Amino acid sequence: MDFREKMEQEYREILINYLKNQSEQSLYQGQLFSRHTLEQKISPEEIVSLHKSLLLELYPEVPESVLHSFDILLEVMMGYGVAYREHQSLRNKQMELRTEMEIAANVQQTLLGTSIPDVEGLDIGALSVPAKHMNGDYFHFVVDENNCINVAIADVIGKGIPAALCMSMIKYAMDSLPENRNAPNLVLESLNRVVEQNVDPSMFITMFYGMYNPENHTIYYSSAGHEPGFFFQKETEEFSELEARGLLLGIDKKTKYLQFEKEVLPGDMIILMSDGVTECRTEEGFLEKEELIGYIRKYIHLSAQEIVNNIYKDLERLQHFQLRDDFTLIIIRRNV
Amino acid sequence: MGNQSCVKILNEWDIVAARQLGRNVAKELGFGTVDQARITTAISELARNIYLYAGQGQICIEKIYDGGKAGLKIIAADNGPGINDIRQVMEDGFSTSGGLGAGLPGVKRLMDEFDIDSSPGSGTDIIATKWLR
Repeated sequence: MDFREKMEQEYREILINYLKNQSEQSLYQGQLFSRHTLEQKISPEEIVSLHKSLLLELYPEVPESVLHSFDILLEVMMGYGVAYREHQSLRNKQMELRTEMEIAANVQQTLLGTSIPDVEGLDIGALSVPAKHMNGDYFHFVVDENNCINVAIADVIGKGIPAALCMSMIKYAMDSLPENRNAPNLVLESLNRVVEQNVDPSMFITMFYGMYNPENHTIYYSSAGHEPGFFFQKETEEFSELEARGLLLGIDKKTKYLQFEKEVLPGDMIILMSDGVTECRTEEGFLEKEELIGYIRKYIHLSAQEIVNNIYKDLERLQHFQLRDDFTLIIIRRNV
Repeated sequence: MGNQSCVKILNEWDIVAARQLGRNVAKELGFGTVDQARITTAISELARNIYLYAGQGQICIEKIYDGGKAGLKIIAADNGPGINDIRQVMEDGFSTSGGLGAGLPGVKRLMDEFDIDSSPGSGTDIIATKWLR
């Protein structure tokens, strides 16, 4: 028996039962029936037609006017049937888009992939999680010829696919920088020219670029309007803001960036982040810097990667598992 | 072609005449009530498009036979402004009138076969066929 015959038989039984006893049970059967027909993509006009033919079969003496009335109902339901089919087709299209998006996200991950370097004397942790499929945040580690550890963290103003496409370009601009890297301020100046020339004028990028020299344990850094990071001083157990000022990438191709430096003593930490961390919205508003520091202190006895992972988990729960912005957090600690 | 009858679409009432013609032919061929309603809805939509966007044109209904199969063919033709971007009008959710009509994708789904030929300035020809199962 094919589905249509089965459907007719099932509907006939439900109808007969209901006409006999008008019970809630039969109505419930009707609801279940609609679930099957929806699964089989049966349009509403077919149900109307089935109803009409069964009525005539069960009650041959049914007045003509009643039967005719179903023609109007059928015609009206036709429009709903057309809308129903359109809905089906749009739903399929949405699934296709979703699959495409997932593939794109994987491609992006491969493109933007960076590995956290294993450097003696340093404990590094990093995590970047997109709010949607595609990530508009980016971080990058490179150990250059002089054994300096270069770290970049960037955020495209904007989210989703446009931001992600833009980020891929930044990644390639960084890859084409010379092997023996220049000072951070010069790196930003060169990236700024690339962004200014190639990116839509409405799109801006913030970036923090740091270069850690393991010889003198000093970090040299510059910022292009990026969310300021923190510096943790082990001796005083105090956190301070990593002060750095600079214009966003892509505004003016002649922008010059200042370079700052800070000596890193054993146990000191450098904490870098995207605004997805500080703009994490809680019920009481944005996350205060003090609160974020509180989270870092809570896990400070752990390794850098564990601190990063735990803070992400806590903030994720705080936002009821719905990230509003891409989240990136990096912690670099000089081992004691 | 003895199997073809046409209705000129000049005003809204002609849409009804085109529907009636389509329904009669569908009945003669032995289409069931649901398919009759689908065919007339498709005709309605095509005739409405002519009336709204081209001003005038015609709808022809033809009985066709292929091997052992019988079918109904709708030919909608006008000399209106034509369609600039056919892909766009064939996309779900796109409708210049903003109305909730079936649109051309709806017509395509109501019928078994669908073909459209149009270019700006030279009008539009649409052929849609439904086969008797």
